Amino acid sequence: MGNPRSESNKGDQVKFQEELKDNIRKALPELDVVIGWCGSFDPLHATPHFMRREEDIDKLEISPLSVHNLATYLPGLRGKKVGIVVKGCDSRSVVELLQENLINREDITIFGFPCTGVVDQSKIKKALGGHTGNIEFCDMSESVIVIKSEDKAYTLPMAEMLADKCSSCRYPDAVISDYFAGEKIGNKGEEDADYAAVETFENLSVPERFGYWLKEFDRCIRCYACRNACPLCVCRDHCAAESRDPHWLSQENNVRDKLMFQVIHAYHLAGRCTECGECQRACPVDIPVLMFKQKMNKEIRDTFQYEAGVDPEATPPLLSFKMKEENITEKVW
Amino acid sequence: MSWLEELARENKVFAPRYEGDAVIFAPFDPKQEISIKHAATMPPKKTVFPQSEKLVDFTYSKDPENLSRILIEAKEILPKGTTVVFGSRPCDVRGFTMFDRVYLAEKTTDVYYKARRENTSFITLACEKPETTCFCHWVDSSPSDASGSDVLATPIEDGYVLEPFSEKGQKLLTSSLLENGERWILEVKDVHENAAGFLANAPDLSQAPQKLLDVFDNMEFWENAAAKCLSCGACTYLCPSCYCFNITDETTGMKGTRFRSWDNCMSAQFTMEASGHNPRPTKAHRLKNRVGHKFSYYPAIHDGVISCCGCGRCIKSCPVGIDIREIVQEAINHEPAIGKE
Repeated sequence: MGNPRSESNKGDQVKFQEELKDNIRKALPELDVVIGWCGSFDPLHATPHFMRREEDIDKLEISPLSVHNLATYLPGLRGKKVGIVVKGCDSRSVVELLQENLINREDITIFGFPCTGVVDQSKIKKALGGHTGNIEFCDMSESVIVIKSEDKAYTLPMAEMLADKCSSCRYPDAVISDYFAGEKIGNKGEEDADYAAVETFENLSVPERFGYWLKEFDRCIRCYACRNACPLCVCRDHCAAESRDPHWLSQENNVRDKLMFQVIHAYHLAGRCTECGECQRACPVDIPVLMFKQKMNKEIRDTFQYEAGVDPEATPPLLSFKMKEENITEKVW
Repeated sequence: MSWLEELARENKVFAPRYEGDAVIFAPFDPKQEISIKHAATMPPKKTVFPQSEKLVDFTYSKDPENLSRILIEAKEILPKGTTVVFGSRPCDVRGFTMFDRVYLAEKTTDVYYKARRENTSFITLACEKPETTCFCHWVDSSPSDASGSDVLATPIEDGYVLEPFSEKGQKLLTSSLLENGERWILEVKDVHENAAGFLANAPDLSQAPQKLLDVFDNMEFWENAAAKCLSCGACTYLCPSCYCFNITDETTGMKGTRFRSWDNCMSAQFTMEASGHNPRPTKAHRLKNRVGHKFSYYPAIHDGVISCCGCGRCIKSCPVGIDIREIVQEAINHEPAIGKE
């Protein structure tokens, strides 16, 4: 791409990818499966890759297209020996699952790598005029993405195509790992999580905010991809959304019922959600559902000075109990 | 006045437009731009088969003559009015021909479906270029297939050539706003042939129904195929040919409504029995049903017709990129392990 810096970085990427494959090769004989990513239906997409045999490892590809948070699969594989390749953010979901005893540490082998960010497919789609149905070619460096679509070439700045969570990422390396391929980038800064977007939204009036959600949720099809892609939505087949007894939600095509589910989801995730953004990424009709969880986490941060999925030894604040909370003034009876 | 505005005087008109970053079929509004350059994110399935529809309103009351008896008064709610859908794609509408075999069958006709189907017209746009996830040519269709549609609109240099494919379609084209398009008929043929030319040779799926039955009990095959599946309903709800539903009564006090709403075989509750037993306990069983239904069980009882229209939405909108084409081909190419069968 004519950019010496990006070329050398690309070299690094290839190098750590080989190291990662070697790590997996070493560990696989003791494991039932190792989950990573590989190429998908077009050059712009990756897909989760389940490696069971040595030859499966050759197909492993780590790139800014490795968007999926593979920790989602871990609770469903409980009892098996599972290896998992994690980005920094994904590793925080693993930590959270460990904290809550939803997975066993000794059953999980964690493969880390230095993550420089993953793309937001919606941003790329917008940059390509709303259409990514005919991608012919895609190549990436740390600074740009080069895409050929319908005989047109696009060179897009990587920084603008990254997921929002990546632009403000503070944990690019896995916070927990058994193997780490490549050089660690190191935690970026000590500043708090960035909730500027939530704050801007909070400044709108109640009718404006409610009007926004009524409009956004009008197109919700209740497929529950948001829920099923969430690594911490562990009720799985026993979700309140579909329960008839208790009867929390109606089957009517009603925006308020759809919104009600998001409220349930967000409350269940308060202080547990690591803001991996899988709920929003999975939504087939692009509803910005991550904001609910960010709002909850902002409150958790302000009330308990707690950040989810960083310390395996910590207990999420809403899963613990104190006789006297520092920042909650209890009602005097 | 535009043709769509004219149609909107007597019909409810749906056209695709952007809602957020998704393209959705919404009630036509001349003030809002329609988006017809590419296939919509959601097919117009809901126009004939709503996400949730009211079937019956009911009220309970006590029999004044005998207070231990509860009386139920029920009122059927049949859909009314005519609808025109503009900007659907051939695959979107062909899905309804698969519904028809089930809901308009001689023995059992679904009155709600029938009312909507008969009163909805589709003005379908022929595709100029298929996407990477398109595979309509695998399932006996093409980018200019008019089956199920009332009018096929083919884009040419400065507009569209509209061809009627039903009586309803002929009636739609009587508008004085339209001019005779016969002189462009050769160009139309070119557009259709050109689009078909983009599609590579399709694999032979004639063995798919039997091959899928052959792997029916091979859970290892299905566990591998479903390993990355999240068991959500995106594939099903975006599918133009998935027609399963659930029926629930939503009651408050003495009044209630019976709803029919979309259901999906990826859901844990899909075949949950009252006893608590679920014949499809895992996501592997569920994905097996989705693929098997479309490529094996449905064709077995419907003259070999595959109940997939090849629109590719289940591939491109799947949060984890499950590719139904791969699964079908793997089943076709699957060699039973020696000594196992």
